[in-house]
Amino acid sequence: MKFGVITFPGSNCDQDMIYVLKHIMQSDVVNLWHKDHDLQGCEFIILPGGFSYGDYLRSGAIARFSPIMQEVIRFAEKGGYVLGICNGFQILTESQLLPGSLLHNHHQQFLCKNVYLRVETTQSLITAGLTKGDVLKIPIAHGEGRYYADEITLKMIEENDQVLFRYCDGSGQVTNEANPNGAINHIAGVCNAQRNVFGMMPHPERCADTNLHNSDGRKLFESILKTVLV
Amino acid sequence: MTQTSTTVETAQKLGILPQEYEAITHILGRTPNFTELCAYSGMWSEHCSYKNSIKWLKTLPKDGPHMLAKAGEENAGLVDIGDGLACCFKIESHNHPSAIEPYQGAATGVGGINRDIFTMGARPIAQLNSLRFGNIETDRTQWIIRGVVKGIGNYGNSFGIPTVGGEVFFDDSFEQNPLVNAMSVGIVKIGKTISATSHGVGNPVYIVGSATGKDGIGGAAFASGDLTEDSKKDLPAVQVGDPFQEKLLLEATLEVIESNAVVGMQDMGAAGIICSTAEMSAKGMHGMKIDLDKVPTRQADMQPYELLLSESQERMLVVVKKGEEKIIENIFEKWDLPCAQIGEVTEGGQLKFYYLGELVADLPAESLVLGGGAPQYEREYTEPAYFAESKKLNSQSISQPKSYKDVAQYLISHPNIASKQWVYNQYDSMVGTVNMNTNRPCDASIVNIKESNKAIALTVDCNSRYVQADPETGTAIAVAEAARNIVCSGGEPSAITNCLNFGNPYNPEAYWQFVGAIKGMTKACKHFQTPVTGGNVSFYNQSKIGDKTIPVFPTPTIGMLGILDQKTWQTGIGFNQAGDYIFLLGKNGTGDIHSSEYLYSFVGIKNSPAPYFNIDEETSLHELLKSLIRNSAIESAHDISDGGLITTLLESSFVKRTGFDITQTIQERKDAFLFGEAQGRVVVSVQKSHLDLFNSIIAQHTVGVLELGKVTNGEINVDGEKWGQVDDFINLYENSIASRLR
Repeated sequence: MKFGVITFPGSNCDQDMIYVLKHIMQSDVVNLWHKDHDLQGCEFIILPGGFSYGDYLRSGAIARFSPIMQEVIRFAEKGGYVLGICNGFQILTESQLLPGSLLHNHHQQFLCKNVYLRVETTQSLITAGLTKGDVLKIPIAHGEGRYYADEITLKMIEENDQVLFRYCDGSGQVTNEANPNGAINHIAGVCNAQRNVFGMMPHPERCADTNLHNSDGRKLFESILKTVLV
Repeated sequence: MTQTSTTVETAQKLGILPQEYEAITHILGRTPNFTELCAYSGMWSEHCSYKNSIKWLKTLPKDGPHMLAKAGEENAGLVDIGDGLACCFKIESHNHPSAIEPYQGAATGVGGINRDIFTMGARPIAQLNSLRFGNIETDRTQWIIRGVVKGIGNYGNSFGIPTVGGEVFFDDSFEQNPLVNAMSVGIVKIGKTISATSHGVGNPVYIVGSATGKDGIGGAAFASGDLTEDSKKDLPAVQVGDPFQEKLLLEATLEVIESNAVVGMQDMGAAGIICSTAEMSAKGMHGMKIDLDKVPTRQADMQPYELLLSESQERMLVVVKKGEEKIIENIFEKWDLPCAQIGEVTEGGQLKFYYLGELVADLPAESLVLGGGAPQYEREYTEPAYFAESKKLNSQSISQPKSYKDVAQYLISHPNIASKQWVYNQYDSMVGTVNMNTNRPCDASIVNIKESNKAIALTVDCNSRYVQADPETGTAIAVAEAARNIVCSGGEPSAITNCLNFGNPYNPEAYWQFVGAIKGMTKACKHFQTPVTGGNVSFYNQSKIGDKTIPVFPTPTIGMLGILDQKTWQTGIGFNQAGDYIFLLGKNGTGDIHSSEYLYSFVGIKNSPAPYFNIDEETSLHELLKSLIRNSAIESAHDISDGGLITTLLESSFVKRTGFDITQTIQERKDAFLFGEAQGRVVVSVQKSHLDLFNSIIAQHTVGVLELGKVTNGEINVDGEKWGQVDDFINLYENSIASRLR
């Protein structure tokens, strides 16, 4: 599978993602530039974390208008796989490729730390290799990560099994204390109704290298690669 | 030239002394015009010229086997870390701006220090910071903390370099004048660095990055005066940061260097264009002709002196090889950054600045810079009365506390000891995927060097209270503690950068502290073979308390680099499992409580000598630790510092929510045993199956060893007394600072 990782001006997790895919997952990966219109034949597009275009207006609000995003939107509408992490997730909701939006954390501070996620569905490429109820330790780093959706949208994504992860404690209990940003229904990641576009606030690429003493994030990349091979 | 002429009074208003004005007139052979005098006011300010510190700075040890660029040679020091790689690192202060505009002051401090690193061609991979604030209970301090932390966070997070370590310390002396020291660490392939130089007649000179505005004009002069009640009116001297521009500038700069089209490059920090043109020209022994009206501006009607002195952020001066202009213009266009040719390199050493065709300043570059014509002064110093007074303290007269558990709870909740997670959780510590401490906390920050077997260890240390007590010993302790932290984490100490924060240099007692610090640092750096690669001096730090103006606690912050040849040597502070044995390594039974947080804050004795410190014992301890770690004999290592043994044991327990059961088996006053801060001591834990190995290594060394007890599943027991569960202490530790700032 050929991965494409987009660099927007202000992206700062693009090289981390490329490193994991190339050196840890031994996959084929290319770096895509925001001004380009060519997805270079990639089968899986990743929008990395960072502060695209400075994010001075609203996270992801400018990036959705970039040349490359017009191609990504077309690609996703045709069923192509797209994963947005952190700022990438914000860009995907701004582009309306994913439902809901991401608001300022309820405590109004940027927060970077390890959190626990409970796997809510295995009906997605990135969680197919896991078991429902699995608990993963994956770090977050964001100021605008509070997932929000209106009542109707929320009902729809819950009923359609579109919630990929919820924040939980180390034992898998979903509690208010374990919710780091006030996300509605404790949602940390979702997919679209067609199940080919994924977004999550936590950073799996930050816990895929055994040198960092936590490889839980690697399980998501393994899931993608294994499921595709099957 | 039709520029306004000047007098000695004009000079004084610009912070230039009468004898300095005379020297300038002598250099030029005429009266300087206003623009020229402004150039000298920036370049000869304390901040740029180091005029009151350079004589002493020159005495610091600069040589070491791994030094590639020595202090003062480049924007930052360069150390060979093997595998064809070099580490480039530096620490700098942004104290005065942070005192009047905490958010921008701290943010631009982070921006500036990172530019020092990537202007050399190194990609920053880690940041640290060292912060000093006043009383955490006051509204002013809380306003400063919130602003500084948000400023460092927002800038660093967006820029995308992880903040991997730091320290936060509170004392009343910092009430009006906080200290904000930021450190950046970069990696570059040896031979791929770019120098801050300029040569080659006819080579074009470019200004790249953000447009120039009126922000930060006179910033260097502002940082070179006392901070007073009136300092608020200097608000325009504070720069404004844009981390997004900095991120683009980083990527574009590294790409430009890769292109081989660059002769030299320097970032614009203090004193803006005048500083970068002067320093690069002086270094390359050439001149420059600059058209100031070609500088892209974001404000209309900027005067020549404003263009010369503006400290607008995120800018670089680049000298390009003639004929290769298109290469660099294309790269900056790719990154959507302004890039304008403003002049060219000339024969001789003269800087000629034109504005709309008129020559507005005509200055010899050499005369402006440190090491050239900038003044250098000897300052007098006298020992303050408090120093002799402190030695009279008889600690035998201090009675033992009623409850040791109460003291332990007091200390673990004290803002100087309690968890700083309210602060560091606002920093992105993991971007870059190199932080090896996230899941294994260590005494120093361990940073992965990808695609090699190595890691580097980084730490910033200075206990300002010890330096106040005894500048020479206190500073030697700061170096020793930094080295100890690196050794405990599995590294080998390599080199240091320093940030010297002191009071007014014209105050002989404050200058005595500065001189003592330099002497202590020299001694310790020679001893540990950690040369000084560079750094920064910040004078004029003081607070008005009541009617009295006092210097801040002298704070020579040490930023140390260490190297782990094997990543597997990384050793954490956390106890691993119940049943493991706990040992105290180092000198035991000194009975010392001097300058401890216990004595200073709990007992309330503010003036006492520095704690026990023996530099030879320290080295023996380090050698033992290296041997224990490299033979995999220990599970954890954590040094004893602020808060004494009990704090070390609790912190080691917090990592995996274990506890400890210890007994004092040595004759010593119990408060000293539990809370004393005698230096050169480390707590290690050993699993049962490694005891023989541990003992056999211990037997080959002469370091004191004391068996304290065992790791438990969560109970805290001291001398048979049950102190409760580890969770109770964790709550105190984690909530103390957060609850005050909520």
